[in-house]
Amino acid sequence: MLILTCPCCGVSAEETEFHCGGEAHLKRFGPDSSDSDFETYLFQRQNPRGVHFERWRHVNGCGKWFHAARCTQTLEIFGTYPAQTTEPPQALRDRIAEKRPGWTQESVS
Amino acid sequence: MKRYSAFAIAREALRHHSGWDRAWAAPAPKKRYDVIIVGAGGHGLATAYYLGKNHGITNVAVLEKGWLGGGNTGRNTTIIRSNYLQDSSSAIYEKARSLYETLSQDLNYNVMFSPRGVMMLAQTEHEKRGYLRTAHANALQGVETEFVGPDRVRQLCPIINIDGPRYPVLGALWQPRGGTARHDAVAWGYARACSAMGIDIIQQCEVTGVRSEGGKVTGVETSKGAIDCAKLGMVVAGHSGVLAEMAGFRLPIESVALQALVSEPIKPCMDVVVMANTVHGYMSQSDKGEMVIGGGADGYNNYTQRGSFHHIEETVRALVETFPMISRLKMLRQWGGIVDMTGDRSPILSRTPLDGCFINCGWGTGGFKAIPGSGWGFAELMATGASPLTAEFGLERFREGRFVDESVAAGVAH
Ligand SMILES: Cc1cc2nc3c(=O)[nH]c(=O)nc-3n(C[C@H](O)[C@H](O)[C@H](O)COP(=O)(O)OP(=O)(O)OC[C@H]3O[C@@H](n4cnc5c(N)ncnc54)[C@H](O)[C@@H]3O)c2cc1C
Ligand SMILES: [Zn+2]
Repeated sequence: MLILTCPCCGVSAEETEFHCGGEAHLKRFGPDSSDSDFETYLFQRQNPRGVHFERWRHVNGCGKWFHAARCTQTLEIFGTYPAQTTEPPQALRDRIAEKRPGWTQESVS
Repeated sequence: MKRYSAFAIAREALRHHSGWDRAWAAPAPKKRYDVIIVGAGGHGLATAYYLGKNHGITNVAVLEKGWLGGGNTGRNTTIIRSNYLQDSSSAIYEKARSLYETLSQDLNYNVMFSPRGVMMLAQTEHEKRGYLRTAHANALQGVETEFVGPDRVRQLCPIINIDGPRYPVLGALWQPRGGTARHDAVAWGYARACSAMGIDIIQQCEVTGVRSEGGKVTGVETSKGAIDCAKLGMVVAGHSGVLAEMAGFRLPIESVALQALVSEPIKPCMDVVVMANTVHGYMSQSDKGEMVIGGGADGYNNYTQRGSFHHIEETVRALVETFPMISRLKMLRQWGGIVDMTGDRSPILSRTPLDGCFINCGWGTGGFKAIPGSGWGFAELMATGASPLTAEFGLERFREGRFVDESVAAGVAH
């Protein structure tokens, strides 16, 4: 059972109060993009065994979207942060690097 | 290898069972193989078996990081059916189902295939129409299914609550030739038959890297050293993304935990498999008398083989509604497996961007039923470069928009 803290309203609650919206920071592609750009955007996922940045929505609460950094292997939540950003905050990345020596965030674009 | 038979049991009974051979050998890895299969689950072992049996390729190793059959193959609820909507799906699932019918004889290993019939309940008007459509599609595909009314449902499975308050049973899609098999036995049977052909099954051997030269695969790094190969098949279910990363490509796959549970054993009370997709649960009774129960998958990426508790709660609630008599049952065990979900809920059996490297994955919540057909088709693809069974399941379908859309036909995990 995950316990997440919504950065929008500050409430900490069990996962049943939230809904996961999948990998975060995807690069979106529009109408004139190539087939492989669409493929990457729509389907291809990092699906890492370890640190994962993802979107969540506080469905049974304030209703807002936010981001979370979570370990898919241990279910540890490193932190949550607002949706209005294209990459995780530096402080959060530092915290993860401290907990997971050798981890690099190569592919968040 | 000595064959198993009634005579062998009698012979061994007379000599204190001292003459049984080991079911499979435990060799050290060779330097090089024609084909390496990563993952000794059902799909990997079946692939190796049909490479040997159908294509005469036996210089093959199956590398397994844990023990064989310890992944989803040993964690599933063993439902076998082939009542899918799309032609390409029913072709591969029906091939698998029909191979299951004679698998025990073929492998000389009792996989306990039990064609007891699978019933998918229709509990809303939409579901009913959907299943009528599937029944018509199956008629054209040559897959024997039938849409039956509530009275027949009651006859086939008297313990179902037909007139439930929320979702009365309006009928069911009935596949009399579907059923269950013993999951471990499927892995063990294939392993024994592979070993008898001289195929090496190497357990406790984790693949940690993929070697290539000029865009062509040349071997793998493992916890038991580097091993060369001409062709590589990745068949690792939930860990496909991890293997793909080693080989330098990405997959349209996300891994999530799917759970199941069994009850204490009780007297025989149902002899069919029942799936209730609207309320999200399904159940069958094992030969030992335990009720085998499954439900939905977790809603987020997950490699923990555990799963969230509230999903069990939902599943059990759904089943108590459908089968009121189980409300007092105690549950014995619960477990989870990491399932590999694709966007269209159909598998991937494909070449990859790395030459000589093939992948078989994306079976998600429902690949146990497909093991023989998948092994058959994937072996043909790896040996000859193409297979009619796998043609529609290539990776390129996501780029080209040619999905094999089964998420509607299979609304629930199984
Ligand atoms: C709870 C549950 C219920 C299910 N119920 C049903 C059902 O009723 N009917 C149905 O048809 N399907 C069902 N399924 C789905 C089915 O179990 C799977 O689709 C199927 O077993 C997948 O088989 P596999 O051989 O591809 O994978 P697995 O059996 O998972 O085998 C993959 C193997 O690869 C190994 N591996 C991973 N990484 C490495 C590495 N780096 N090096 C070496 N080896 C590695 C793993 O240890 C594992 O043994 C269910 C699944 C679950 C979890
Ligand atoms: Zn909130």
